[in-house]
Amino acid sequence: MDDNWLVRASTIKLLWVIFAIILAATVLADLFIHQHPFFTLDGTFGFGAWFGFLSCVILIAFAKALGSVLKRPDTYYDD
Amino acid sequence: MTTDIIIPPAVVLILGGLLLPLLPQRVRPVLLLIVPVLTLYCVWQVPDAAALKVAFLGNELVLVKGDALSRLFGTVFSLMAFAGGLFALRQDRVVELTAAFCYAGSAIGVVFAGDLITLFIFWEMMAIASTLVVWSAGRSARGAGLRYGAIHALGGVLLMAGVAGELASGGALAFGRMTLDSVPRYLMLAGILVNAGAPPLSAWLPDAYPEATWSGMVFLSAFTTKTAVYVLLRGFPGAEILVYIGLYMVFYGIVYAILENDMRRILAYSIVNQVGFMVIGIGIGTEMALNGAAAHAFAHIIYKALLLMSAGSVLYMTGKRKCTDLGGLFRTMPLTTICGIIGALSISAFPLTSGFVSKSMISDAAGQQHLAIVWYLLAAASAGVFLHAGIKFPWFVFFQRDSGLRPPDPPWNMRAAMVLFSALCLLFGIAPHLLYRLLPYPVDFVPYTPGHVVFQLQLLLFSGLAFFLMLGWLKRTLTITLDTDWFYRRLGVTLARRLDQWTESGWNWAAHVTARAARAAVRQVERYHGPEGVLARTWPTGSMAFWATVMLAAYLILSYW
Repeated sequence: MDDNWLVRASTIKLLWVIFAIILAATVLADLFIHQHPFFTLDGTFGFGAWFGFLSCVILIAFAKALGSVLKRPDTYYDD
Repeated sequence: MTTDIIIPPAVVLILGGLLLPLLPQRVRPVLLLIVPVLTLYCVWQVPDAAALKVAFLGNELVLVKGDALSRLFGTVFSLMAFAGGLFALRQDRVVELTAAFCYAGSAIGVVFAGDLITLFIFWEMMAIASTLVVWSAGRSARGAGLRYGAIHALGGVLLMAGVAGELASGGALAFGRMTLDSVPRYLMLAGILVNAGAPPLSAWLPDAYPEATWSGMVFLSAFTTKTAVYVLLRGFPGAEILVYIGLYMVFYGIVYAILENDMRRILAYSIVNQVGFMVIGIGIGTEMALNGAAAHAFAHIIYKALLLMSAGSVLYMTGKRKCTDLGGLFRTMPLTTICGIIGALSISAFPLTSGFVSKSMISDAAGQQHLAIVWYLLAAASAGVFLHAGIKFPWFVFFQRDSGLRPPDPPWNMRAAMVLFSALCLLFGIAPHLLYRLLPYPVDFVPYTPGHVVFQLQLLLFSGLAFFLMLGWLKRTLTITLDTDWFYRRLGVTLARRLDQWTESGWNWAAHVTARAARAAVRQVERYHGPEGVLARTWPTGSMAFWATVMLAAYLILSYW
């Protein structure tokens, strides 16, 4: 029904493959470049990758938990 | 050269704005584009000294005073007025354009103000003009505009009280660096932080800005918060409390934006988030950190306006603003999509965009000061920015599912404004020395080292991975998230209504009791004095003679005693 090439299942699959290759490449690049860590943890292998991923998971989980308490229908203030 | 008459840049923009409604509609676009260019020219004519002084109530006010920091903000405010004017060329509510130019002009007035009174006057003009920008959206924005005005009046009162206290206690009238050691200075800081969108009142920003028109919010995003950043930069650099306030703002913006459904409210929360980065830089207070905060303000004005132009284009073409109604627009709005993505990459500090250069300066300043926790939190926040603004905004608006909407790209002037700001985002990212030249302190910073670029790519791309893996948890719902504005939008209203009820029932009770007491009194009077009352009856003559005899007898007996 939708014939745009960007939303075809095959394109999306291809995009995931390319994305995975790029992700792997950025982590592997850590082997070849010289990092200048300010502290200790930020000198670990693939720091940006695992730290970024973990931060996002925690932020999303925290937002979800906060939302379960503070979410209201968007007509809440309309009356 | 120094004897030349200085034209205050603020006056050019404000007068230009006030002229707009007097001109026929055909001439307006010309003025909209020329006035900001003239203003920019005047900004660059201001020398590095006090340039215009007037006497006022026994004080000498310095209306215009220039230096690198003022010029940086004056330049980006003029650029913003130009691109905003170009974007809003078709805005037929001329009151919005007039208000927007007066608003931008007052912001320029603040950044060139040499003393606290001038600063305060332009500060209040900004509050009034920006409230009018919100109100120009019509009926639907009436409440939000009123709340916005009220909060800014509160901020203004705090600032005025601080300025008055400072002057009364013998402080200098000139506006410069202040240490936080007295109540008036804390009051000033509080007033400025209200405008910066700091806690606990951050909610005014996502409450009011998204209610403005498709073009109004583009203007609003630039001036109020960044003027506050400028005042903090000059007045309170190195105030440690700002680091903690900034950290709160950064994470507040991310978490609330993740939960939000309205595309422009997502971007409003992300203004608080980005200003948080600048406030942290100011709190760190080293030359590198202050350069970073100033550079980030400059870069932010451009990429946030760009993001809001792309959101404004979607709103203009579809009339829809909720993520749940949008999606799949990339098919027919390719240019808006691409410009939106460039803005989103810039705000996320992707390499080759302006945000990468400016945000890196702030993080590196934290690292060089050995502020480990601040540095780690900044890195986590950078990942979070990519999450809530960098991917979320373009994904839900332009991709996601097919909403069935097929709007074309907006008219040429809106496209031109977006292309111009996209180009600037990339220009300052690729050639950062152009930005360095404008900064208040000499710059010794190389953003593009292999280590730094790889770190940033890892951070952002793995945030992207987290976004797509957790898409189920990020699904948009028709909800809002309660914030501190609940206290004055709900609790306050409820209490006010209850107070009304309480007063009414108290009044009814008092009226009832009074009426009963009055009736009882009337009955009592009637009982003794009425036609049949004891005291009003006619008595027979015999009883009169009888009582006279009794009294005379009593008198006789008593006289024998």
